[in-house]
Amino acid sequence: MSGKNRLNIFPTRMALTSMKLKLKGAVTGHSLLKKKSDALTIRFRKILANIVENKQLMGTTMRDASFSLAAAKYAAGDFSNSVIENVSTATISVKMTTENVAGVHLPTFEKISEGTVSNSQELTGLSKGGQQINKSRESHVKAVEALIALASLQTAFVTLDEVIKITNRRVNAIEFVVKPKLENTINYIITELDENEREEFFRLKKVQGKKKRDLKAKESKREEEAINKKTVAPVNLTKVKNILEDDEQADDDLLYE
Amino acid sequence: MASKSMTENALVAVIGDEDIVTGFLLAGVGQKDKKKNENFLVVDSKTSQAKIEAAFKSFTTRNDIAIIMISQKVADEIRYLIDEYHQVIPTILEIPSKDHPYDPKKDSVMLKVKKMTGSD
Repeated sequence: MSGKNRLNIFPTRMALTSMKLKLKGAVTGHSLLKKKSDALTIRFRKILANIVENKQLMGTTMRDASFSLAAAKYAAGDFSNSVIENVSTATISVKMTTENVAGVHLPTFEKISEGTVSNSQELTGLSKGGQQINKSRESHVKAVEALIALASLQTAFVTLDEVIKITNRRVNAIEFVVKPKLENTINYIITELDENEREEFFRLKKVQGKKKRDLKAKESKREEEAINKKTVAPVNLTKVKNILEDDEQADDDLLYE
Repeated sequence: MASKSMTENALVAVIGDEDIVTGFLLAGVGQKDKKKNENFLVVDSKTSQAKIEAAFKSFTTRNDIAIIMISQKVADEIRYLIDEYHQVIPTILEIPSKDHPYDPKKDSVMLKVKKMTGSD
């Protein structure tokens, strides 16, 4: 039976039509969301594979970078302080663009490099070890590039993870809550309507029976009245003819004598 | 199409030991504005945890920073902050440092990835 899991609605034909429309909408929405979720999952799997690979790769890139820095330090002495103190403006920045996957905006980062070494840094290693420092700089730029790519993947991962969760939640909500509810409501309305129809039929039958009975009662009453009239008024009582005694006229349709 | 009141060109912030910061600054990610606000933090053995936390919080709330690179060793110290950090932007990237090789088992994101793929 419909149980309690249905919309609280008055069972009418109009409500039935609107429920049917709603159910249709829910089914369409469900299939669309399911498709979206599938598309996102495909993308997600790709990113997952990529992210693991890139993280492993990052390890080696970073090792190279720190090794080159150590080499530069060996050649040029400790220049960390001068580098840290001489920071002015960034020559490497990231540009955010968004990529649209099935209606989800995934932020992606793009490296923007101004190409030149910033003025405040170009004097580092002027006296000695300039080449090593340049090498180290290059390997770090490479590392930054790799890291920015990884950051893109990671943001996409986090965003997609969230969106997939939401989408799946919606899919499940429609499948297991909204659809059964609507179906139950429709069933309820149909049974209610049928019930009403039967009741109506029964009622009509009843009415008809009652009318018949009334009619009969009226007739019998009239008859009775007629009889009563006869008995009450025996004034013009004529002599009843006796069939047995005076049958001067023979019955012509009598078969046996 | 940059969203979330992002400036067109966003910065990369760095939190790590001296070598990491030096390297990345050499590459040119460093920025210091007129108020002497830097987008990097050098962490050494004397840096207090509170200072790291403050820097992390300020980097995550600044809207001109898109990526925060944090060395894993430092990340471990403020792990609880990173674990409860759920914003998409800025992205937090854990990077290995020279004397602490990269350990994928500690990275919050890697942990999630592993959980998804079910491999270990």
